[in-house]
Amino acid sequence: MRIKVNGQDYDLPDGGDIHALLAAHKLTPDKVAVELNRRLIRSSQYDTPLKNGDEVEIVTFVGGG
Amino acid sequence: MSVMQNLRIAKFDIRSRLFVGTGKYASYEIMQQALEASGCQVVTVAVRRERLVDKQGRSLLEFLDLSKYIILPNTAGCFSAEDAIRVAILGRELLEKQKNPGANWVKLEVLGDKKTLLPDPIGSLEATKQLVKEGFTVLCYTSDDPISARRIKEAGAASVMPAGSPIGSGQGVLNPLNISLCLETLKENDPNYPVIVDAGVGTASDVAVAMELGADGVLLNTGVAHAKDPVKMAIAMHHAIEAGYLAYQAGRIAKKRYATASSPFDGIISHIPGE
Repeated sequence: MRIKVNGQDYDLPDGGDIHALLAAHKLTPDKVAVELNRRLIRSSQYDTPLKNGDEVEIVTFVGGG
Repeated sequence: MSVMQNLRIAKFDIRSRLFVGTGKYASYEIMQQALEASGCQVVTVAVRRERLVDKQGRSLLEFLDLSKYIILPNTAGCFSAEDAIRVAILGRELLEKQKNPGANWVKLEVLGDKKTLLPDPIGSLEATKQLVKEGFTVLCYTSDDPISARRIKEAGAASVMPAGSPIGSGQGVLNPLNISLCLETLKENDPNYPVIVDAGVGTASDVAVAMELGADGVLLNTGVAHAKDPVKMAIAMHHAIEAGYLAYQAGRIAKKRYATASSPFDGIISHIPGE
């Protein structure tokens, strides 16, 4: 299936979830926050299977004022 | 003796009245040293997309001692209430994962345009209302307009943070009259309501001016991060906070048109011209 991750097209095997997405990018769940279709998705729901066309944002902290 | 009283914002009891940003330092190491030198307890951070390609090995969180600092996440870069609310919710989630007390609050910025980075007053008001409803302690960045400031307080902001001058401009407090009108209206019958001057600080005297007007604290970033020597400037800012705070507490003398001698005229042996 094709989804969008941080604004970019991304091909994820069917049945893939947020855990799979984070693992593929070597990201630690504790160090990121995730939105699915513009709504926060909590760690406990990272095993929800993603669907074609889903839009995922994975964010963290950077320096700012 | 400790000369400074802690600053109270909602349930936060804060030791240092200087809030320092984590952006734009030449390196994380210099940032760490500058934060340390500033004596600050509250540091601001921004929420951004993870870099999925060309990801560098080092991330900000590795360089912030989360047992020492209260992290204040901002919504910088948001130009609508809706986006600011999303970013605030993401920031809260990140800080809950780090078990940092900053999870409960947010530095709300809803910006009007990229050139001035001045706040959008309508968007700021809408986002404040919504985030308060969502249980956030909202510290809202505003212009120095006292009426906007009052509206934001009425919408439930725990602190209003008027800008001294545009973000990163280094122009200091451009309109001391407006800042003092903001302070007057926000603190009317509510003297402990916290008001932080946010943005525009270029050097230590700007911090002192804000504090001498009666602000409860100052939030800055570029003034330290882009100083030739950020660590030395951080120390200067620390002293300026104390100097300005004490000067305000002490109560300055009124400005007068003419001189008043410090040494008595009684007993002078000289001739006074015109007498």
